[in-house]
Amino acid sequence: MSRVGVVVFPGSNCEHDVVAALSALGGRAELVWHAETDLSAYDALVLPGGFAHGDYLRPGALARFSPVMEAVAAAAEAGRPVLGICNGFQVLTEAGLLPGALQKNRGLTFLCQPTTLVVVSTRSVLTRAAHVGDELVVPINHFAGSYVCDDATYRALLEGDQVVLRYADNPNGSRGDIAGIANAAGNVVGLMPHPERALHALLGSADGRVLLEGFLAAADDAAASARLVAAP
Amino acid sequence: MSDGALHRALGLTDDEYALVEGVLKRAPNHLELAMFAVMWSEHCSYKSSRIHLRRLPTSAPWVLVGPGENAGVIDAGDGVAIALRIESHNHPSAIEPYQGAATGVGGILRDVFTMGARPLAVMDPLFFGPPDDARSRWLVEGVVAGISGYGNSVGVPTIGGELTFDEGYAQNPLVNVLCVGALPRERLVLGRASGVGNLAVLLGSRTGRDGIGGVSVLASAGFSGADGAASLDDEKRPSVQVGDPYEEKRLIEACLALLDAGLVVGIQDLGGAGLTCAASETAARGGVGMDLDFTAVPLREAGLAPWEIMTSESQERMLAIVRPEDLAALEALCARWEVRCAVVGRVSAPVADAAGRPVGMVRVREGFDGPVLAEVPAVSLADEAPLYDRPRARPADLDARRDDDPADEPAGDVAAELLASLVDPAWVYRQYDSQLFLNTVVGPGRDAALLRLAGPGLPASERGFALTTDSNPRWCAIDPRAGTALTLLEAIANLACVGATPAAVVNCLNFGNPEHPEVMWQLSEAVDGLAEACVAAGVPVIGGNVSLYNESGGRDIDPTPVLGVVGLVERLVAPPPGWTWREGDAVVLLGPREARPDPFPLAGSLFARRRGRRGGRLPEFDERALVACRFVAAEVARVCAGGVSDVAAVHDVGAGGLATALAEMSAASGVGLAWGDPRGHAELFTEAPGRFVVATRDPAALVEAAAGAGVEATVLGLAAGARLALGEMCDLAVADLAERRASALARALGR
Repeated sequence: MSRVGVVVFPGSNCEHDVVAALSALGGRAELVWHAETDLSAYDALVLPGGFAHGDYLRPGALARFSPVMEAVAAAAEAGRPVLGICNGFQVLTEAGLLPGALQKNRGLTFLCQPTTLVVVSTRSVLTRAAHVGDELVVPINHFAGSYVCDDATYRALLEGDQVVLRYADNPNGSRGDIAGIANAAGNVVGLMPHPERALHALLGSADGRVLLEGFLAAADDAAASARLVAAP
Repeated sequence: MSDGALHRALGLTDDEYALVEGVLKRAPNHLELAMFAVMWSEHCSYKSSRIHLRRLPTSAPWVLVGPGENAGVIDAGDGVAIALRIESHNHPSAIEPYQGAATGVGGILRDVFTMGARPLAVMDPLFFGPPDDARSRWLVEGVVAGISGYGNSVGVPTIGGELTFDEGYAQNPLVNVLCVGALPRERLVLGRASGVGNLAVLLGSRTGRDGIGGVSVLASAGFSGADGAASLDDEKRPSVQVGDPYEEKRLIEACLALLDAGLVVGIQDLGGAGLTCAASETAARGGVGMDLDFTAVPLREAGLAPWEIMTSESQERMLAIVRPEDLAALEALCARWEVRCAVVGRVSAPVADAAGRPVGMVRVREGFDGPVLAEVPAVSLADEAPLYDRPRARPADLDARRDDDPADEPAGDVAAELLASLVDPAWVYRQYDSQLFLNTVVGPGRDAALLRLAGPGLPASERGFALTTDSNPRWCAIDPRAGTALTLLEAIANLACVGATPAAVVNCLNFGNPEHPEVMWQLSEAVDGLAEACVAAGVPVIGGNVSLYNESGGRDIDPTPVLGVVGLVERLVAPPPGWTWREGDAVVLLGPREARPDPFPLAGSLFARRRGRRGGRLPEFDERALVACRFVAAEVARVCAGGVSDVAAVHDVGAGGLATALAEMSAASGVGLAWGDPRGHAELFTEAPGRFVVATRDPAALVEAAAGAGVEATVLGLAAGARLALGEMCDLAVADLAERRASALARALGR
């Protein structure tokens, strides 16, 4: 079975929820402290939600300098699945692993509410198990979740099939209703909604399952190919 | 006797100064006087309320820790204990709403993780003046932003609360905050110093000048200006603390890790009265003394005087008692979480007093073995504040008000009344993270919140727990005794809607100036009402907070006892019914249709208050109403446990009466109701807790089961169509109702 590392910065707060969700789906997830510089033991990585380093300066701006981030970039470069949820998405954009940036919500208030997401592309480690056009109810929980980018970047995202999730009813003013994007290779994904909060009908929705199940399958694939490479 | 200027400026009376001299057998120096002033403040010592609070029932087999510790703790089953605490941060929030509310959240979290519990949820009962006033809007937006800004980033979900607008709070808003945490039973720790020679280690933020005198200057005096808080803004703002949620988040994780590793023998947060309080309370509880080196306290700025260091209320600080051999391990763990730690003192042996009895002394020294600047018995600070039985007097106008019953108020336009009075608080609670930890089954905006009993580091359990905060100043203004008792009944009814059985109560008693005999009468009556209702319901009080001096310009607030009640659910694997009924459901009223068998149906109701009527009489607390609560709780609990049920929706009849409950359910479901025969507007708007609206496919079975339990049940009509029709009195499009309710708050706030 693959191993997923869930990176904990001081100020992260969704790390336990992500571990619980991946474990509930049969995955093997472990917390990794932000001072760690060797991530070779992990087949896939999650940067969870929260307020890394207090979100001081702006969300993600300090976290990109955490010691762990060089190894995260190397894992992304090597094609391993990397998922940034909420604050994790903000960190990935600040670190240059995903294009664009996340600004304060249109209404200038924090928003915690369910949203309906539309699957736009299945060419990513997060959406590979879903179908284009699927509607998924997944909550958001952020102050700075309005996705922005310049025109050239937006065109490139569209041409590269890198917009993976859009809001059906844009809550925060994101450009093009974007809720989640991937890098060109599809192995690095960031999204503002929290799929780990939509795992059980008891908690309001189980629609996040298809996303995290896809991510775990991608982690398993990465583990399998790593074993192939390692075999003489 | 000093010349009086100093001790009075610090908030001590001449008599209290004489008592201090009696304790010390000499005149106190400035530092000692400052320490007594903060510890003997109303806020810290409860000197006006303690003789009344003793009348509350506090024990039950499941209570692990009752009042007097940092938080009350109950056994929730499956090896999990729940810690609960409520506090007020009224005066700081009136002056600096963002920081006042933010540090209120920070303080209550520390009270809970001090017990070894991970804070799992927060609730915020808020009371403001009418939102059409610019200052009220500023307060609402600042307080909500402060709770959101601090609570969200510290990583504790805010799962509910209350939002009340009334002119009585225009100059003196109330900001209460409740926190619940959970811990493995065996990790329970108490704020106690022990082991002579053990070290006192200060964890967290450096100490600055913020919050000096917060408990005495700010929390234990009213706002005197004719325009209330405004005239005192400039003078008192330096007494408001400033919060840093990122510091607190790291402090929580570090402290829980220290407790897990067994590296502390006792721990206490620094809240009101700062280091003086933490040192004297831990020493007094442990029967030991403590020597503190003020030069060892890490400072935010140079040049703080010893009395400033000893009374500063800088946030995000904890005092841990540590064995010397564990210090290195503690320092390493703190370094990982980037939490500052400094040895500032050590536990000392008690000394013999004149009668040969052992007395633990708190000593403030310059250097660990340097000169002693202050030397005071720990218990004299922590436990021996004067106790006041302040004069009580029934308000002179009480009889006249009781005779002024609003039964003569005409019905008016019922549809317009509903359109104007329904408010969806979503604009507030959308700004709070209500879901962290994946426990929230029922979040803000419903009768009560319902959570799974789970969290990082807890033993696995299928149990759930429910929380509600309730208050009703309209009732308590008319009759604080019956009003407080009925408030508990309302809370129990709210818990029943999510299938929970009440297990423990905490109270935040917000009252006016205790030097006004009418206020002390209100407080005493409220305590008696709460005690009677708790005994009847079999629920203990495990903690509380008293906030006095809620007055401005000489006008006291209406008595506002806020109750936080936690309830337990045996098995939680399915969500309880919500407010949403389906086309074709029968809508049934559980509980007496003649809710108030006396001639005062509308006294204390929202209906009456909206017409400026504040008189009449309340019904007495009636134990029979508990039967309906138990019946509903059992029915809903069966659904939560995965049982099959025909019940689609449950809602308690609360503020605004039956018409409001029916309107809220229509708005939530988008389906109307035709109720043919309401007996008049009094039946629509009367408020008597312990009644419920239930929607079901099988009304015959429900009515029969209710009858078996001794609960009256009345089928009101069928849910259908797009209109809410209440006899001849109201015919309203559900879509209009839903739209008005959803937008009411944002509209009122001009957002």
